[in-house]
Amino acid sequence: MPKPSLPTPTAPAATDRAEPAASSAPPLNSPLPQISSDAAQKTSARRLVVDAQNISLTFETADGRVEALSNVSLQVAEGEFVSFIGPSGCGKTTMLRVIADLQQPSSGTLLVNGMSAEEARLARSYGYVFQAPALFPWRTIEKNLKLPLEIMGYSEIEQQQRVERYLSMVNLTGFERKFPWQLSGGMQQRVSIARALSFDPALLLMDEPFGALDEIVRDHLNAQLLQLWKSTGKTVLFVTHSIPEAVFLSTKIVVMSPRPGRIIDIIECDFPVDRSPDVRETPEFLKVAQRVRNGLRAGHSYDE
Amino acid sequence: MTSSTIALRLRSPTALRRHPLVERYAPILTMVLAVVAIWYLAAVAMNWSLVRDGFEREETPYTITDVLSGTMDAERPLLPAPHQIAYAFFDSVFGYPPFAPRSLVYHALVTLSATLLGFLLGALFGIVLALLIVHSAVLERSLLPWIICSQMVPVLALAPIFIVVLGALGLHGLLPKSIISAYLCFFPIAIGMVKGFTSPDPLQLELMRTWSATPRQVLWKLRWPASVPYLFASLKVAVTISLIGAIVAELPTGAEAGIGARLLSGSYYGQTIQLWSALVAAAVLSSGLIGLIGLVERAVARRMGAH
Repeated sequence: MPKPSLPTPTAPAATDRAEPAASSAPPLNSPLPQISSDAAQKTSARRLVVDAQNISLTFETADGRVEALSNVSLQVAEGEFVSFIGPSGCGKTTMLRVIADLQQPSSGTLLVNGMSAEEARLARSYGYVFQAPALFPWRTIEKNLKLPLEIMGYSEIEQQQRVERYLSMVNLTGFERKFPWQLSGGMQQRVSIARALSFDPALLLMDEPFGALDEIVRDHLNAQLLQLWKSTGKTVLFVTHSIPEAVFLSTKIVVMSPRPGRIIDIIECDFPVDRSPDVRETPEFLKVAQRVRNGLRAGHSYDE
Repeated sequence: MTSSTIALRLRSPTALRRHPLVERYAPILTMVLAVVAIWYLAAVAMNWSLVRDGFEREETPYTITDVLSGTMDAERPLLPAPHQIAYAFFDSVFGYPPFAPRSLVYHALVTLSATLLGFLLGALFGIVLALLIVHSAVLERSLLPWIICSQMVPVLALAPIFIVVLGALGLHGLLPKSIISAYLCFFPIAIGMVKGFTSPDPLQLELMRTWSATPRQVLWKLRWPASVPYLFASLKVAVTISLIGAIVAELPTGAEAGIGARLLSGSYYGQTIQLWSALVAAAVLSSGLIGLIGLVERAVARRMGAH
């Protein structure tokens, strides 16, 4: 097993790195991410759930070395909703997988919940939602929800209570005895979200969870997800392709760019917590969306 | 089933063609009739000279009709006619008490017991091998070539060696036969289960990792249930092979009982009808075993949410 990245004593403290002099609108295309000063203050005030510094990940393929991640630094405080957006190959999924200890970085330091990524995984600190629901087809919905609970050794009663609680949270009460194939794609994905929540992890990692769904279902699930985030106070890391989705959901948007995979902009996004879908029509929303779009365009400009 | 489906109340030929009973059984029935017809023709052709020579040796005058009917009920025909085999089969199944030495039921039971024990041993061995191979790359590299080699040696050559060696160790009767049968049938199960244990979706495996499941939990909650379709597919192949193994094991031992023994004595004494009815018994036995596994498979699949 690869050695987990442990923090080194020389690694600068989180607050040292965000320079107070940084402008509130960081320049595009800067190789290192810059966090605006008020963001830095917010970040330092709350506990850090993810603290990544200079994460790089390269792997060898038949076509040569691929830099999936290059010097990525990112801090996520408790309760934030952070979206990663960027074209394919920009490393957004890789970043999520590194945080989840599904892949190991080549260099850099990473703390998840104050632990190394591996320790955090072994401590069951996060729930992971993949693009596909990845339900177990031979288990009923109820049994699918119970799977992580069985593995973690919850009592029968506790398992049953949690199944009820989390199924109702994703509006699927009454489907306990159904098998996955009897549910639509959107419903299956809601089950997989409930499954990720079932053991109550403080951190939720979502890798394009609604990517395979149609626009209408996706809007609906976005609203549900926002509601869920508001009511549970969890930290969410969310990978997406969609600009409106990212702007609608997030407190922070991380814009990434490929070859090498890196962060080119981090945008604070402070719409009220109980935003309604109508927020998408406001000038503020469009302004943020425009900035994300600019970032994506800038990241693309020199390979076309 | 309602009476209307049996009565075949029909108005037009199309309705007949679309009737569920007809749709289901007509193709099978057609094939069976065709095979029987070809068989009768072959029996006439193959037994013709045998019967004609018999008449000529006895110097009795004969007509073509005599020869024709002779080919249908020769005592030791080259190829027995279907009705001869059917009669001999039913006679040796129902004509004697079940444990009489001439009863085919008795011989089938002897072979069946060796088959089932061998099948059980082979299935366990195959599954254990698959587990070892899936969990260790070193074992995969070291075991797999031997497993494949084991099946390249003809069992007909190996069986006598097994019998002699096991006999020297004091093992007689059921167990040596079962071991030969297990030796043959573990192979499809090992190969099938390696495939089955590695069949889970990568996402499902990664989910287990995010929950930091132990290897044992991954096995019981993911790899094992995911491999169930592969298990049943390979069990069906294996049970037929294990029956063949048990029959082959009865040949070199000169066993007094068992389908293999019937085949051997039938071929010694030119009792082709006995030979064929023993073959039919083997076929009935193996289709019964496959059918049984199919039933279990369906019951399990229903519990596992198959649609």
